[in-house]
Amino acid sequence: MTDILLLMKHELTLVVIIVLLLILKIREKEEGAENYMPFVNIMLAGNFLLGLVLNRGGELFDGMFVSDNIMVLQKNILNFGVLMISMQSSAWLGRHRHAPEFFVLLLSTLLGMFLLLSSRNLLMFYLALELSTIPLAAMCNYDLAKRRSSEAAMKLILSSALSSGILLFGISLFYGATGTFDFREISSLADSSALQIMAFIMVFTGFAFKLSVVPFHLWTADVYEGSPVAVTSFLSVISKGVMVFALCNVLYTVFNQMSSIWYDLIVITSVLTMAIGNLFAIRQENIKRFLAFSSIAQVSYILIGISGMSAHGMTSSIYFILIYIFSNLGAFGVVAIVSHASGKESINDYRGFAHKNPALAWILTISLFSLAGIPPTAGFFGKLFLLNSGAGQENWYLIIFASMNMIVSLYYYLRVVKSMFMDETEEEINVESTWLARLSLYICVGGILITGFTTGIYEHILSLAQSLK
Amino acid sequence: MEIGLNHFLVLSTALFFIGVYGFLTRRNLITLLMSVELILNSVNINFVAFNKYLYPENLDGLFFSVFIIAIAAAEAAVAIAIIINLYRNFNTIDVEETDTMKY
Repeated sequence: MTDILLLMKHELTLVVIIVLLLILKIREKEEGAENYMPFVNIMLAGNFLLGLVLNRGGELFDGMFVSDNIMVLQKNILNFGVLMISMQSSAWLGRHRHAPEFFVLLLSTLLGMFLLLSSRNLLMFYLALELSTIPLAAMCNYDLAKRRSSEAAMKLILSSALSSGILLFGISLFYGATGTFDFREISSLADSSALQIMAFIMVFTGFAFKLSVVPFHLWTADVYEGSPVAVTSFLSVISKGVMVFALCNVLYTVFNQMSSIWYDLIVITSVLTMAIGNLFAIRQENIKRFLAFSSIAQVSYILIGISGMSAHGMTSSIYFILIYIFSNLGAFGVVAIVSHASGKESINDYRGFAHKNPALAWILTISLFSLAGIPPTAGFFGKLFLLNSGAGQENWYLIIFASMNMIVSLYYYLRVVKSMFMDETEEEINVESTWLARLSLYICVGGILITGFTTGIYEHILSLAQSLK
Repeated sequence: MEIGLNHFLVLSTALFFIGVYGFLTRRNLITLLMSVELILNSVNINFVAFNKYLYPENLDGLFFSVFIIAIAAAEAAVAIAIIINLYRNFNTIDVEETDTMKY
């Protein structure tokens, strides 16, 4: 019994919070949702702190559910990201009539993601994947009266339904080839026969949809643009991070016998993603759309790190996701404040932004520098480790191509910075923000500045990853 | 003629690609949803056929198909709710006309 409580601690805490929120909703009176937000934030902070203590490794339910140190770390990173998003979105949700339901959906998604990370069985994996995508579509639709919001939700639910259909077909072929759903048994039976390669490509396609890797990226920009900012940041940070972790787990545990096949696949998709993500980001005018393409481009660097196939591959991708959470949430936090105060989301609206709001402008600048990978910020070290891990395969053309793409990406990140600091405008935006949102922004900036220089973090993750093997 | 595993696999693969084709060519959102159902049902046929012909000693495949049916219902419920809301905003459920966001 204590085993279940300790090993499933992250999941059980979320379930308790979800039930509490549902009870709150039933007892709701006519007053607005402002009263919920401090309560929700305190619970999420408690959830994050509880995730840090009393962790154990082990397995439950006949090996269907596994927990180890690296998963605990991944879950803590996700908990932290959700706490930040909740702090940033309190101003927007305070006006919304259905704030408790928003968190019920958000936390159900997070619950699905935790189960996705811990599952060691294809059935459980599929159920967790669906739990983490279906509520997400409902969240995209949260601005009920806005046309763009419902269009975004429609695009997300249909493309995720198609992608999970393709993933399922791959799983069914794997079942035909091996006769089991258990990850370890599949891994020992994997023999690169034609049927298994076909199955693997279909499973990888499912992942590629969720990660918005290039041939399957078309939904990303529309969904990011149409959704409310809080949901966009959730999609781009948490949802992407968890799929990176899950892809890492699956490739390294289930398909480690087939590494020569997936290496080629990852290199091709990574090169395509890099080129197209960067080229399309250049021509975007809407800042959410621009951040969408920037996140597509970031995934391609993570894929290079994963292609390293060692403990360094896993470590560098986790480390990069941690930094990515800081930098992307820093950027989205500012976008959320501006969008909430003035409704403006175009890059041109940011002209002269620094004159009236120097603090916010600097936060956005530091976040964009970190996304671009300019040295004093953590983003540089994240990308350095990713490329370093990818270089372990000695595929130098790939590394050179990636480095050149990082230079291209400087152009569009600096374009926003230029328009904030150097352009003039008559119509200046006046913004006000809650102290919670400001606090989360300061935490993000602190994270960006500190994480890169604290070498202990990378070494800590590396020691965890090496202890797995 | 004995009906064997191959027949089922040909059927399910055909159904899968009919579903994908429908998904990519149809314009009505409800029809897109029906195409997704076709894909999921082809997977169900796959699971049950593999279970019956290759691994009859345990029922893993059958269980999986039951779960797929349940999840498909949940997915359809959310999707239809979204489509109804979309209809309220756009007065149409044609994919070609719900394109306020473009490249």
